[in-house]
Amino acid sequence: MPINITMPALSPTMEEGNLAKWLVKEGDTVSAGDVIAEIETDKATMEVEAVDEGTVGKIVVAAGTEGVKVNELIAVLLEDGEDASAIDTAGAAPAAPAAAEAPAAASAPAAAPAAPAPAGPAPVATDGSRIFASPLARRLASLNGLDLKALAGTGPHGRIVKRDIEAALAAGTGKAAPAAAEAPAAAAAPAPSQSADQVLKLFDEDSYELVPHDGMRKTIAKRLTESKQTIPHFYVSVDCELDALLALRAQLNGAAATDKDGKTAYKLSVNDMTIKALALALRDVPDANVSWTDDNMVMHKHADVGVAVSIPGGLITPIIRRAEEKPLSVISNEMKDYGKRAKERKLKPEEYQGGTTAVSNMGMMGVKNFSAVVNPPHATILAVGAGEKRPVVKDGELAVATVMSVTLSTDHRCVDGALGAELLAAFKGYIENPMSMLV
Amino acid sequence: MADTNYDVIIIGSGPGGYVTAIRAAQLGLKTAIVEREHMGGICLNWGCIPTKALLRSAEIYHYMQHAKDYGLSADNITFDPAAVVKRSRGVSGQLNGGIGFLMKKNKVDIIWGEGKVSKVGEVTVSKSSKKAMEPQHPAPKGTKGEGVYKAKHIIVATGARPRVIPGIEPDGKDIWTYFEAMVPPSMPKSLIVMGSGAIGIEFASFYKTMGADVTVIEMMPTIMPVEDPEVSAIAKKQMEKQGIKFLLEAKVSQVKKGAGGVTATVETKDGKKQDLTAEKLISAVGVVGNIENLGLEELGVKTDRGCVVIDGYGRTNVPGVYAIGDVAGPPMLAHKAEHEGVICVEKIAGKDVHPMDKSMIPGCTYCHPQVASVGLTEPKAKEAGYDVKVGRFPFIGNGKAIALGEPDGLVKTIFDAKTGQLLGAHMVGAEVTELIQGYVVAMNLETTEEDLMHTVFPHPTLSEMMKESVLDAYGRALNM
Repeated sequence: MPINITMPALSPTMEEGNLAKWLVKEGDTVSAGDVIAEIETDKATMEVEAVDEGTVGKIVVAAGTEGVKVNELIAVLLEDGEDASAIDTAGAAPAAPAAAEAPAAASAPAAAPAAPAPAGPAPVATDGSRIFASPLARRLASLNGLDLKALAGTGPHGRIVKRDIEAALAAGTGKAAPAAAEAPAAAAAPAPSQSADQVLKLFDEDSYELVPHDGMRKTIAKRLTESKQTIPHFYVSVDCELDALLALRAQLNGAAATDKDGKTAYKLSVNDMTIKALALALRDVPDANVSWTDDNMVMHKHADVGVAVSIPGGLITPIIRRAEEKPLSVISNEMKDYGKRAKERKLKPEEYQGGTTAVSNMGMMGVKNFSAVVNPPHATILAVGAGEKRPVVKDGELAVATVMSVTLSTDHRCVDGALGAELLAAFKGYIENPMSMLV
Repeated sequence: MADTNYDVIIIGSGPGGYVTAIRAAQLGLKTAIVEREHMGGICLNWGCIPTKALLRSAEIYHYMQHAKDYGLSADNITFDPAAVVKRSRGVSGQLNGGIGFLMKKNKVDIIWGEGKVSKVGEVTVSKSSKKAMEPQHPAPKGTKGEGVYKAKHIIVATGARPRVIPGIEPDGKDIWTYFEAMVPPSMPKSLIVMGSGAIGIEFASFYKTMGADVTVIEMMPTIMPVEDPEVSAIAKKQMEKQGIKFLLEAKVSQVKKGAGGVTATVETKDGKKQDLTAEKLISAVGVVGNIENLGLEELGVKTDRGCVVIDGYGRTNVPGVYAIGDVAGPPMLAHKAEHEGVICVEKIAGKDVHPMDKSMIPGCTYCHPQVASVGLTEPKAKEAGYDVKVGRFPFIGNGKAIALGEPDGLVKTIFDAKTGQLLGAHMVGAEVTELIQGYVVAMNLETTEEDLMHTVFPHPTLSEMMKESVLDAYGRALNM
């Protein structure tokens, strides 16, 4: 019996991914554990390993295919002695049900139920790249209100042909979502953004270049739009004096052990200490360490702090888990590793999915103050500005201190104003009395 | 001891069989082909190819007779039947030898003899029980001989043979099949052709041009019954102009052989009987699959109306036994056999292949005027429930046709009014057999009328009519 290889769920919340690359071809022999393909999820590239041994009988989903649903058939493995003709029975059936099952995988509260989910398989070419479809298929799709982007082609080189349209009509899949185009009526639906044509005609034809969106860009757009449309944000700002923290940091870094190569065991940054301070503040104000779901308040027992890392082409938020429990040195080293792997896009989904809050630090870029967008399932995000010498009034006297402005954005559904202020006060306490972070 | 184990053994080296063998070899399958009589089968030896050679002679003869129309003169135009036949055999022989070369080049073993599927996975080859049709081209060198051969996959590609009507059995002297009609010892003065399918009509056309008095008898109400009735009617009218007589909705109930040839009793639909006398009678009432003596019955291979029943990949109900081409059912055309065979072995090799789609198989008949078509006829399209748009463009509106001196003919296209899908194309006139593939490609690529209208066709060519016909279907023809 041929073995079906399906799109793996690389994380509990993964709904779909892009089949970036096949590392095997039809006819290749594989053993369990061999890396057979690379899958690009929202933010990372993952390797898929074979779980059985056999011969790759058929590659069903071509390399470069986007939006492959979890559990969708991607290849068929033949067991020893099996003939390729056996594939027929193995291949065809599972693809359709997989598409239907996929939404169930979305367990994260973040998946805003209000947004109209596209029916059927996910778009394959939302990045504006050409969809290959026969003229007749195009016309049939338009006559029947089907979205070619939502269809998989079975013609030469994956071209969408008449039989694919007929199959979609028979299965009732691939309907173009009219809501996306005529949304205003539906209150919860996202407002339609300008069509590509509308945007492009505002510019001279040779005055720009088009860069197709990658998975990360699409995820950023989707999640942040969803956030701003579904989460009632409010903002609390506070100034924190940093002098004590900077002094402690210098002291701690100076005390760091060095190994025989002269490498220090840790080198704390202000950011590392900010993470720790926020984690401890959430421990102290547990009512703010929450996530919103329609039915319940999710009260988190640990502070998992996401840290926004800017990388070429976008950003990603790896999570320092249980940051309230971790020593600064551990946090610092974890961040260094995350930062490096984030830039290589090698983070695993479980390393950047989830979290209970986030820190976005633009201090190193000289930003004084800004406010960030809450990234669900978080209820809060702390926007951190630069520490700079500012005149302050101390005991009625004008003095100079290193001051850092921070702004907390919160989801008002679960963190009210006073609670946000309380959290921020706790945070400020740790920053200004940094020794308290060490005990 | 020679190796007798193969991945694939193909029985029959006709156009289906030998192409299948080459494709199998290309796919890395160890392949052998069994042939008892002639490499290239009927197509190369007694069908498609030698008839085209005969018809070419007839065509040139026709032009010579009409040299005056082109401002030329030619006197004492005659022909030598033996030389015409010799040329035809030569063309056939050249290609026959070519198959041997192709087999060798692709390392396909040729097993000479009559193949039988003695059991699943085994072919027994013995001396041919059939008397070879003469004249026969020499068998290729270096073939394997009688014996038992093993193969994981056995593909039956044994083709078909002329259908025989009881009481009108061909005798090779007065009652001919295509075999005898291909190699006439002399040109008959008069001829009755039973059946107006491609074979019957091509011989009618050939012998008429070569001077015979020809009567064609057809049971159906139109000649070339599979063609679009409009095209059939135009072809019939043109051939009647040349002097061919047609008796439609008629059948030969009896044939008597006499000293001066044959007398056929023809019964028409209204019950009237008439006797027709001619030097020769060609029986061209279709072909039947060669399914006998192959061991198929013993293996329980399903057959239906004289053909092996297969799925879209040439698979029979018995695993490991396949059939392609004429023996696997209509349309009985060489190009259908070839494609079926390629699909069959690609599937065997595990390639991603779609099943045979019989809706886009073109058909060509090389009578004068030529007839070519693909897809649904107008009545069939309507029967299938389509709301159709029909385009027509006559040869008289085409510059190249006039320049060629071929102003008679029609290009007809049929579109689904709803979707613009090209459902069928039907042509009659000069060179249409070389034009039809344009529409075949268009259909396979699923073009709509729009794409065809956007395509630039070269001027001056007959192909411009193909575009005009499409334009006409949408009321936009330019040159009429």
